[in-house]
Amino acid sequence: MNNLDLLRNISDQEWNNLQNSPSPVIYIGTATCGKAAGADQVLSTIQQYLTSHNKEVRIIEVGCVGLCYLEPIVDIQLPGSARVSYGNITGERLMKILTATLENNIHLPQYAIGAFYDTPPDDQPKIPDIWQHPMLKPQTRIVLRNCGIIDPHQLSHYLAKDGFLAFEKALQIGADEILNEIKKSGLRGRGGAGFPTYKKWEICRCMPDQEKYFIINGDEGDPGAFMNRSLLEGDPFAVLEGMLISAYVIGANKGYIYIRAEYPLAIKRLNNAIQRLKQVGLIGENILDSGFNFNVTIYEGAGAFVCGEETALIASIEGKRGMPRPRPPFPAVCGLFGKPTVINNVETVGTIPNIIRNGSSWYLNYGNPENPGTKTFSLAGKVKRTGLIEVPLGTSLRTIIFDIGGGTQKPFKAVQTGGPSGGCLSEQHLDLPVGYESLRSAGSIMGSGGLIVLDNETCIVDLAHYFLKFTQKESCGKCAPCRLGTTHMVHILDRIKTGAGTPTDIDNLVQLSDTIQKTSLCGLGQTAPNPVGTTINYFYQEYFQHIENHFCPAGVCGGLFDLKIIAEKCSGCRVCVTVCPVGAIQGERRRPHLIENDLCTHCKACVNVCRFDAIIPIPVPTSSPTASINLSKSL
Amino acid sequence: MNSPTQSNDIYLDIFKKFRGCQQDLIPILQKVQEKFGYIHTNSIHEISKYTGVSENEIYGVASFYSMFRFHQPGRNLIRICLGTACHVQGAPLLVDEITNILGIQPGQTTPDGKFELEQVACLGCCALSPVLQVNQEIYSKVNTARIKEILELYE
Repeated sequence: MNNLDLLRNISDQEWNNLQNSPSPVIYIGTATCGKAAGADQVLSTIQQYLTSHNKEVRIIEVGCVGLCYLEPIVDIQLPGSARVSYGNITGERLMKILTATLENNIHLPQYAIGAFYDTPPDDQPKIPDIWQHPMLKPQTRIVLRNCGIIDPHQLSHYLAKDGFLAFEKALQIGADEILNEIKKSGLRGRGGAGFPTYKKWEICRCMPDQEKYFIINGDEGDPGAFMNRSLLEGDPFAVLEGMLISAYVIGANKGYIYIRAEYPLAIKRLNNAIQRLKQVGLIGENILDSGFNFNVTIYEGAGAFVCGEETALIASIEGKRGMPRPRPPFPAVCGLFGKPTVINNVETVGTIPNIIRNGSSWYLNYGNPENPGTKTFSLAGKVKRTGLIEVPLGTSLRTIIFDIGGGTQKPFKAVQTGGPSGGCLSEQHLDLPVGYESLRSAGSIMGSGGLIVLDNETCIVDLAHYFLKFTQKESCGKCAPCRLGTTHMVHILDRIKTGAGTPTDIDNLVQLSDTIQKTSLCGLGQTAPNPVGTTINYFYQEYFQHIENHFCPAGVCGGLFDLKIIAEKCSGCRVCVTVCPVGAIQGERRRPHLIENDLCTHCKACVNVCRFDAIIPIPVPTSSPTASINLSKSL
Repeated sequence: MNSPTQSNDIYLDIFKKFRGCQQDLIPILQKVQEKFGYIHTNSIHEISKYTGVSENEIYGVASFYSMFRFHQPGRNLIRICLGTACHVQGAPLLVDEITNILGIQPGQTTPDGKFELEQVACLGCCALSPVLQVNQEIYSKVNTARIKEILELYE
């Protein structure tokens, strides 16, 4: 029996003791999303409560289970019963739950999200099985299997969940067999491009160099994406196990994890995990007596979107400006410090231990032949249930948005996939199975997995402008098409947004998009026009309204709309009258109200509070001074 | 706070963890900014002496990354997230509101040195958008009405 087996035995015991703890156990989600929702405050309230009531209760910090809209989430496990999850814990509710569970030994089903039953309950339990929750039921959790379940600080928890079995197996069966397994599994890069993972490995493995590097790309620069952050915060050991296996296959002895500095908690938890693995000899020299040496360094990014591109990332680690260079040579041949280097995304690496442990044929059960396996998505925007999800590839956008996400409050308009390099897909694409090729054929990309849902209060032109402005700002400036082309596109969109656009602007945008796509040096430029291309294709009418009618139908672009109260819908509740900061709304109780457009600043505070959807944007009358002022400003 | 113009042990203390090659440049700059709050010309001079990388190149690298700033920041750093989710949930209105209250644009510091306003691409809390961060504290689902309340918490 080696050290790891011993450690695993102890870990199993520890985990079992925790599950069968004779005293209550409280689990609290303290990933960044939990903290943002106030988990730290909840934690200190619980601690105060325990001290003042003299209770011996173990508190365990876990990652994010993905139900971000219910944060802060606290799970309470009473002796002899299943762990019950409570969401939206506010001060008063927290006290009620603590009193009920810790004093009276009962749960409060009215506040519970669900319970983690060992075996699915047969009859209708008072507290439903958490995995039957509408947001979790359609999901298949492979990479995220431990997130929100185990303590990311404890190696023992990860070991108890079959941790490092895959790495041990890898050492036994050897690098060639692992490479073959990954090849058979059909795993493709989860960073967005979808390049077969085994190919990068194979090229690098064949290089004769002594010195090779393995880099994890955790730059996650896409605004609106947080999959990597959640995984690193919730299950850092899984990512490190995947890294060890990958490095072993390609023959690298040195690894880097490149993380953006905006993720301090992920960095902290990963650092802790690395230290722990060093202590038990899973990182360092002669790991598990296999003769394999491996060391890891965390590299904090300094804030440049383009560093998500492989060659720019390498330049950044080398201490230079993060500018991409032409490929070939590919990094697998000539990468970091001129040595063969493989760069994989956090999620790709996190998937590897699962494939090795369960075998490639198991992995092929999920997804479809071209796109096997699962993919995580961050679901955000105007959807009811926001959070982090994992579904088999091939799942339709409709399932993701309406079944998992619960649909939108206001009418659905579009879904934006792939961040600034992706596009906006409309209602007609809802039945599209999510996959690398299917999304590309619709003009968007899968990207790293950001899904932003938009409703009819989002202006498509404004969104296209937002993304172009982003890529223009983040363009490194090395090649002219990207540097100048995106700037010019932003100018045109600026014009359209202020109502000064002309019909030729659309043609110019299309032509510029084509040139930038074909001639840019790296992926940033090649995909930068996607948001504009897809929106022109699928939402042409909205561009047309801005240009021809000087009207923003979503009521976003300043100066291109007035607000009007529909008399038939208005109940006369006076809520909007009280919130209007400039006193522009008049009206008596139970009588339809009126907006004085001369006073209105279009802050839309009234739209946000109206429960009857009675306030809508209307075109500005042509004689109105606001429109002409805005026009002259932009000209 | 320590002054970046002192040429003494402070720098040696920062540098001793590094070997002093180009590869260490960005981590050194990060540590220097952590210590002084910004990158001063004297800091660039000291880093150049230690690493052997020219001052021009150091400035070139530092100015490429949005993280590094070259002026003394305010006592409290407001970072407003302009990620996609925050954008569609009205983050631009929050920027306007802060600008109204404090009289500064993103990238500027209030004359009394109390606040510094910065825009960031994404804080990764998209599910709770719109979010803003003041120093280490993250505020989620913020609306314009709450901005004043939040700012009043800081000295």
